[in-house]
Formats: sequence, structure tokens, C-alpha cells
Amino acid sequence: MAEIAEIINDKIKHFGRERVALLPILQGIVKEKNFVNNQDMVQIAEALDISAADVFGTASFYSFIDHVERGKYVIRVCKSITCEMKGKHKVLQALEDELRIKLGETTHDKKFSLLQSNCLGLCDQGPAMLINEEAYTHLNPVKVHEIINHFRNLSK
Amino acid sequence: MSTKQVNRADIIFSPYSVAPYEILRLSMQKTKPEVIEEITESGLRGRGGAGFLTGLKWKFFANTDGDEKYIICNADEGEPGTFKDRKLLVEVPRKVISGMAIAAYACNATKGVIYLRAEYNNLIPALKKELDIFDEHAKKFGLKFKIEIFSGAGAYVCGEETALIESMEGQRGEPRNKPPFPIQNGYLGKPTLVNNVETFATASMVCRYGASTYKTYGTSDQRGSKLFSISGDSPKEGVFELELGMKISDFVEEFGDGDTKAVQVGGVAGFCIPRKQFETAIVGEGNTTGGATMIFNSTRSMYNVLHNYLDFFAEESCGQCTPCRVGTQQLLKGIEAVKSGTKPVEYLDDLIKLSKTMQITSKCGLGQSVTNSFTSIVQNFKEEMIY
Ligand SMILES: Cc1cc2nc3c(=O)[nH]c(=O)nc-3n(C[C@H](O)[C@H](O)[C@H](O)COP(=O)(O)O)c2cc1C
Ligand code: SF4
Repeated sequence: MAEIAEIINDKIKHFGRERVALLPILQGIVKEKNFVNNQDMVQIAEALDISAADVFGTASFYSFIDHVERGKYVIRVCKSITCEMKGKHKVLQALEDELRIKLGETTHDKKFSLLQSNCLGLCDQGPAMLINEEAYTHLNPVKVHEIINHFRNLSK
Repeated sequence: MSTKQVNRADIIFSPYSVAPYEILRLSMQKTKPEVIEEITESGLRGRGGAGFLTGLKWKFFANTDGDEKYIICNADEGEPGTFKDRKLLVEVPRKVISGMAIAAYACNATKGVIYLRAEYNNLIPALKKELDIFDEHAKKFGLKFKIEIFSGAGAYVCGEETALIESMEGQRGEPRNKPPFPIQNGYLGKPTLVNNVETFATASMVCRYGASTYKTYGTSDQRGSKLFSISGDSPKEGVFELELGMKISDFVEEFGDGDTKAVQVGGVAGFCIPRKQFETAIVGEGNTTGGATMIFNSTRSMYNVLHNYLDFFAEESCGQCTPCRVGTQQLLKGIEAVKSGTKPVEYLDDLIKLSKTMQITSKCGLGQSVTNSFTSIVQNFKEEMIY
């Protein structure tokens, strides 16, 4: 795992020791470990010479910058109206059954987190979800089972 | 008022020219005012929602002095029901980049940014490849214009141009007061042109085919063709390029499933058109130009539809101004209360009034447009709100 300091320095090199580096730094850390904790925020604040509260205020505004611990694979199920019409509820239920967690939770082994998201821009292919950055479309319970198994095997 | 049948157009997804960035090269042989005049003449309006005349915007931008001028391609596409920008970025990114580069040439900008929503991060590798090809050609043509990709972080309101700029500056994505407009005072205080993905792609096609050809599409009220993201109860979901000026009835005939009860035009920020207005309403007229059309058939509960929208608005309100922050939550609670019988039917009228107050008192388009879908659904499907 890349050190947090390394990520910060890397982005500062590109964007300068300026406020404009903040979002790219937060994104870099999320990419590395799927969430940003309080210590990371203090470290960022020191590096950019702004207050830690300011870092938290910005980070907490964005739904893709998680500040609670998430699993290795973050699942975001689209909850827009057209995905809902096409069976989002069944897909969500299948995910909950498969992972044995409820919406918003993370599995004990810290592999999967199950979240919802607003429109993913895949309305013509719903129900849809993202797992980290990859999109999965035309979902149904059988497909959900296959996809989760695939990721389970990946991380063995 | 003239209308058009449902006519497919094939401009925006037409094949690339054989030589990469040929339209850019040819445009650079014209004078800068000539290029802007071509765009103005075409009557092209912004495709991001507000529908501002693109030629006029470019002209203002060209006339603004600055040592560093920015061009931002708004690829935040967060409006539920919209997915045309994604298709453009996947299938014809070169046209989008050409449009940005032509604007850069015509308006003397040196820096470009594609603000890409986080949900589309998986498009980055392919976009970067295309940007490498662009760099090579820009160098050859002697155009000093560098484009970078800035990734969003999951906030619908960041599609609003000043919130987008705030977020690029590392702040919470809260819209600014306008004026000043980004053209005068944008990213880091520099003059900044913000256009939608489709606007840039279309601008490059106007340069290719000429304004006079482009203008033959559409009606005198709405020029040209545009992309429609069609989803919901339709056997033909997807992105279609259609001539502007269609009646909803023709549109439903073409894309509905035979049992269409309502069409949401312009995304959730737009209007919900009920069956009894299909004959008179025109797609795109008086509603936003984003091009999201969601089709609902008679099995759908319009209460559920509205509930879903309000849930979205309440969640995505940046919370900066009270009418929008509190209003979105109260509208949601309000329709729940009427449905459960804890509030009388007349309460719906109070809620409509509240949404109209939000329209005049909210700071940005998010809070201002909630009343569009709210009022059109509550008024046209009142029984469904109650029983
Ligand atoms: C809440 C809100 C969300 C918006 N989202 C987008 C968006 O995702 N994409 C977009 O191009 N414009 C969006 N806009 C409109 C932009 O503020 C701006 O008008 C547009 O990018 C200008 O480009 P155009 O002239 O090419 O349409 C949004 C506006 C509001 C109020
Ligand atoms: S209208 Fe809503 S989204 Fe817009 S600035 Fe006000 S609170 Fe924020």
C-alpha cells in the first residue's frame, strides 16, 4: 500500500501546494484504500496548510469520498427511477442475501460494502451498479450471484 | 408554430473525418471571428440544460481579456435519465475535443479541462489515449492548448457551472452567486468558458457541415438536431439523435410501448407531461434542453415516481440556501403525509405553493427547478398522490 504521504506529495508535485490539490489528494487516498480517515485528513491539512476541519468539510460533501471505513469492493447500486422500475429492489435484495449484510454495511472480512447511488448514467441498461469503478448492467439475482462470486475468487 | 415529425438525424455520430482533427485544422484557416460567426449563425443552444446561445457565449468569452483563459467541458452528467454525454465520450470523444479546441482557437484560451463525473472514471484510460492523439495534432497545427481531465467526486450539484469550478478549486461544490459569470470570473478567477459535452461535439459538427446546413434541421423555434436519452417503459431505450420540434404525441408513438401514461421531459428538473397534453406539448419547448426523456406506462405509480425524484433532490441539495435545503425535505415529508392520511388533500396546494416559493428564492437551478416536476405531477396525477 502506498504511503499516504507519498500520495500527498505526488499530487502536490502536479497541482502545487495549493487548495486545488485537495480533491485529487482525497481521491488518490480513496483509490488506495477506499476511505479517508481522520489521521489522513490531519496529514493533508498540514501539507496544504489549511485547517483539518476544512478538509473534513470538503471531503464530507462528496459521496465518493468516504470517511468511514469501506470494504475492498464498494458496490453502488443505482437508485434512480428507471433502475427502480426495472427491478432494482430484487437486485438489492439479492446482494443483501448474497453478502449477508444490509444496505450501508460492510462485510466482516472487509471485502464488500453495499451502498446506493444516484443516477449512474446507465438508465437504458438498468438495473445497474458500480463495483469500484466498473459498471455492471442489466442485473438480475442470478447475475448478482455470479458477479459476487467472481470478486470473492479474485481476492482469495 | 411549426412542428416536425420524429426524424432521425445522423450528424453527431457521423464517422470521423479520415485525417484526425481535420475540422480543427480547417477551422484554424478561418479568422477567429468567422468561426464564432458560424456558431452564432447555426442558432446552436447549450445542451447542458439552460439552453444559452453558444455563439453568443463564445463571443463574450473571446472578448474577455486574460493572460490565462480556461475552457471547461462539463461532463458531470448527473441528471437522472441522462446518458448521452457518456455515449459521446465513449464513441466520438474526438468530436468533443475538437469542439473544445476550436473554441480555444477562436477565443484565445490555452487551458482546457474535462470535468468528468466520478461515476465515469472507467472512461479515463480511453480518453487519455485520445488526448495524446490530440496533443500531437495540436502541436502540428500550432495550437497551444492543453487539456486535462479532472475527476468529480459524486455530487449532482457540481454539474452547475459555478459549483463545478468550486469543486475544481478544492472546495465544497456550492454554487456561487451570478454575476459574475464564469466568463469573467471563473476557475481561479480567470475567464472560463463552460460548455456541455454535446455542445462541444455539435459545435465541431457545425464547423464541418456549415451553419446553413445545420439550420435546415429543426424548426424556427428550435434549430438543429439533438441527442435524446430515452429510458423507462420503451422498447427502444438508448440515445437517439432527433430533429428538434417534435410533438410529444409523435414521440410517444415512436418510442412508447403503446401504453404510455406520462413522459418526463428534460430529466427530473424538467416537466412531467401527462397523456392529455401529448397532442399539444412539444419536446424541448419551454422545458430544458438536456434531452432526458423517461417514459412511464400505466402500470407505474406516479406517487413512487415523485417520491423518487424528491428523495434525489433532498439528497443532492448542497444545503447552502434554506428554501432548497428545507423545502426539498418538506415536500418529501409532505407527500408522505398526504398519502398516509395524516394531512388533508388540500395540503398538496400548500406544497405546490412552497415549491413555487423555492423557484423564486433558491440560489441555483437545483432548488429553482424542483417545482417543474413537482407541480406537473401533483396537478396531473392528484388521485395517485392521495390513494
Ligand atoms: C443543479 C444543476 C446541475 C447541472 N448539471 C449539468 C451537467 O451535468 N452537465 C452540464 O453540461 N450542465 C449542467 N448544468 C448546467 C450548467 O450550469 C451550465 O449551464 C452548462 O454546463 C453550460 O453549458 P451549455 O451552455 O453548453 O449548456 C447544471 C445546472 C444545474 C443548476
Ligand atoms: S438551490 Fe439548493 S443546490 Fe442550489 S445553492 Fe441553494 S441549496 Fe444549493
